[in-house]
Amino acid sequence: MTTLLSVSDLRVGFGRDPRANEVVRGVSFDVADGETLAIVGESGSGKSVTALSINRLVDFGGGRITGGSMKLKRADGTVFGLATATEPQLTGIRGAEIGMIFQEPMTSLNPVLTIGTQIEESFRLHRGLTGRQATVAAREALDRVRIPDAARRLKYTPNQLSGGMLQRVMIAIALACNPRLLIADEPTTALDVTVQAQIMALLAELKRESGMSMIFITHDIGLVAGIADKVMVMQNGQAVEQGELNQILDHPSHPYTQHLLRDVPHFAGGRAARADGQRDKTENAQPALKVEGLVVRFPLKSSFFSRATGAVHAVDGIDFDLMQGETLAIVGESGSGKSTTAKAVLGLVRSTRGSFSVASRMASAQRGAKPVQMVFQNPYASLNPRLSVESILAEPVIATVGRVDAQIRARMASLLERVGLPKNSLERYPHEFSGGQRQRLCIARALMLNPSVLVLDEAVSALDVSVQAKVLELLVDLQCEFGLAYLFISHDMAVVERIAHRIAVIYAGQIVEIGDAQSVLSQPRHSYTRKLIAAVPAIDRRHEHFEIDTRQVPSLVRPQGFEPGPARWERFGVDHLARMEA
Amino acid sequence: MRILRAIFGHGSGRIGGVIVFVYLLLALLGLLGLTPHNPITQYRIDRLHAPGAAYWMGTDLFGRDVASRLMAGIGQSFTVAFFSVAFAALAGTVLGLAAAWLGRRWDGVVMRIMDVLLAFPAILLALLIVTVAGPGTWTSVVAIGIVYTPIFTRVVRGPALSLKTREFVDAARTFGSSSSYIVTRHLLLNLVAPLTVQVTLALAWALLTEAGLSFLGLGTQPPAASLGLMLSDSRNLMETAPWLMIFPGLAIMISILGFNLLGDALRDILDPRMRRAFA
Repeated sequence: MTTLLSVSDLRVGFGRDPRANEVVRGVSFDVADGETLAIVGESGSGKSVTALSINRLVDFGGGRITGGSMKLKRADGTVFGLATATEPQLTGIRGAEIGMIFQEPMTSLNPVLTIGTQIEESFRLHRGLTGRQATVAAREALDRVRIPDAARRLKYTPNQLSGGMLQRVMIAIALACNPRLLIADEPTTALDVTVQAQIMALLAELKRESGMSMIFITHDIGLVAGIADKVMVMQNGQAVEQGELNQILDHPSHPYTQHLLRDVPHFAGGRAARADGQRDKTENAQPALKVEGLVVRFPLKSSFFSRATGAVHAVDGIDFDLMQGETLAIVGESGSGKSTTAKAVLGLVRSTRGSFSVASRMASAQRGAKPVQMVFQNPYASLNPRLSVESILAEPVIATVGRVDAQIRARMASLLERVGLPKNSLERYPHEFSGGQRQRLCIARALMLNPSVLVLDEAVSALDVSVQAKVLELLVDLQCEFGLAYLFISHDMAVVERIAHRIAVIYAGQIVEIGDAQSVLSQPRHSYTRKLIAAVPAIDRRHEHFEIDTRQVPSLVRPQGFEPGPARWERFGVDHLARMEA
Repeated sequence: MRILRAIFGHGSGRIGGVIVFVYLLLALLGLLGLTPHNPITQYRIDRLHAPGAAYWMGTDLFGRDVASRLMAGIGQSFTVAFFSVAFAALAGTVLGLAAAWLGRRWDGVVMRIMDVLLAFPAILLALLIVTVAGPGTWTSVVAIGIVYTPIFTRVVRGPALSLKTREFVDAARTFGSSSSYIVTRHLLLNLVAPLTVQVTLALAWALLTEAGLSFLGLGTQPPAASLGLMLSDSRNLMETAPWLMIFPGLAIMISILGFNLLGDALRDILDPRMRRAFA
């Protein structure tokens, strides 16, 4: 194998004085023909900037290459210096020699043009194809990324396709000119786990077919195991460790790599499930939260004046109970109704039918106390930027009890200390805190009213992986200390495994499998649960082949008056039920 | 204090800030009667006196000191502008928040009324209201206030609608916070920045509208002084006593320039995307 791209001592800076403000500080690596290099790091590590420097897109984001060299071996054998190239030279390189796919397929495509036009553009620019020829080439490109019914799909606009389909379109565009190097910048982060598995499988297959090289950027070291030949770990703009995949995963030498592999939640197929807090099996045990027959439907109207013609069955008959000190994780993909369930429990969404009963604890049985509290996904959006931490923590108290006295102030201080925030936090504002600290603040706020149930809606999804681990640890500690019951909504199996006692898998608005975490994760019974678990990336699944499955999620739109049939359950263990499949 | 420093760190903010400050000082002196001469005393022997040592900006047809009248006029015009903008900002904020928060029919009704008001040119609508209610200082305050209410309603409603769907509002609902608490603490507090900018810019428009009304004889009534009234009086003497027109004209122009520069600077400073550059 010969070296395709050789980067040595790359330095990239931003701002007025790029040399003083370097984000990438001396990174060197080589990519051989047909090889996949994975760059792993957390936000701010410089991994994306490194990638964007290779095709010099970083210039458009205000970055400047301040040192080092990047040598690309072109198709004709000449060596091209990317670091010193001029913009007109680079236009010939981008797309033709180096393709790129981005994180957000929804925003990378122009919403008003058909995907056909957007794929053809690439052929027109680089290969000079016109008219019918370009259309045929575009259809072949869609076929290549396994989009069924390609000829018809060419006329679709981006809003008519799902995220996974759009990412395939992006890949089709990137590969239109058979680039010899593909840069993939977190291409699956915005996608559901089963879709992620499909995209990863597709990339692996395309790489095999075309023999191109790939630079794969990700924050998830587990994802790397399936595709990479070499791994480079980045932290604070420097490559702290690089080497062969197996060597990095099995014998990491740098402490940061060891930390990423050991302390960060990785999926372990039920082996890492929690063993504490077995539920009280006696008959008289009172659940902290009991949900029966929850149904949430949103009526559909074709116009303002017409009557509802159907309904979106977002949640279609969900039952569960949650004991004191227990975590029930609700897992599912986007659109499965898991967030709607959480919002219905809190009354943020009006439920069509169903009942909840919440056991109030003695301590919180005072006037107006709210026994169910929520922690939201995005710690940046769930705190009012104009209020000080003191006002933020005071809000739940003002809403229920009415006034803030010395006792409340003492509780604020002790909660802040408990969630691990500095003492002087009270008079500070949200923007002075990092994402992880803000999420701690949100947790403290939710605990102000001494709730018995905490609903955590993707509460750690927006955080960096190592911060994620710390917040999860805090949640487990708080649960043990206060006997809290958690309703933990998540799409991330690795995170769920760390915190859940029981798991409910939800699909198309219904629970398809429910039971204790260890049992559900290690022996999934329902076909959807199996598919979901098979799609989760894991460190010990190296170069595993994943079948490309293009089945679409069923539509949740039902005609007016539709009622689902009664669920029939099959029992697989003391606490493990799966819905029988037709 | 931080915002004053930011204004003086901003190029046009510095100029606008100084202009507005000087005008506020002049207006205050004019209102308190601390003028070089009494603005309504007629010095008959010095009629149409050119600007000089005794009368800095000359005298008018009745022998009244133009400089003193200018200060009193600025005081008068600013009073009308401030009260009318306060009226518009208050009414606009209340209506905009109500439309955004209550939604549905409220939103439809309020915004359609605002659309109707907005369809008239500002001066025409103000004229209409004053003609119906009769001329005078307070009717012009109300008229100008009503004219600029729709702009504030729109400035408030848009951001309020997007704030309403933010997660911190959802969070507040889960605590059981009252609507009034959410509207004031979560919506209004986040609207302070756009409102500040809008108030500054609206002051410039209100000054101009007040001058227009007075010029047409429907605003401030003689013998009290007002910038528009002084311009109106100067029309027939434009050739013999040009200072009668030049000074009030310049006064109006510079004041509007000042408020616009200050408004632009505030918009830059209070825009979160720009904050880092000026803070």
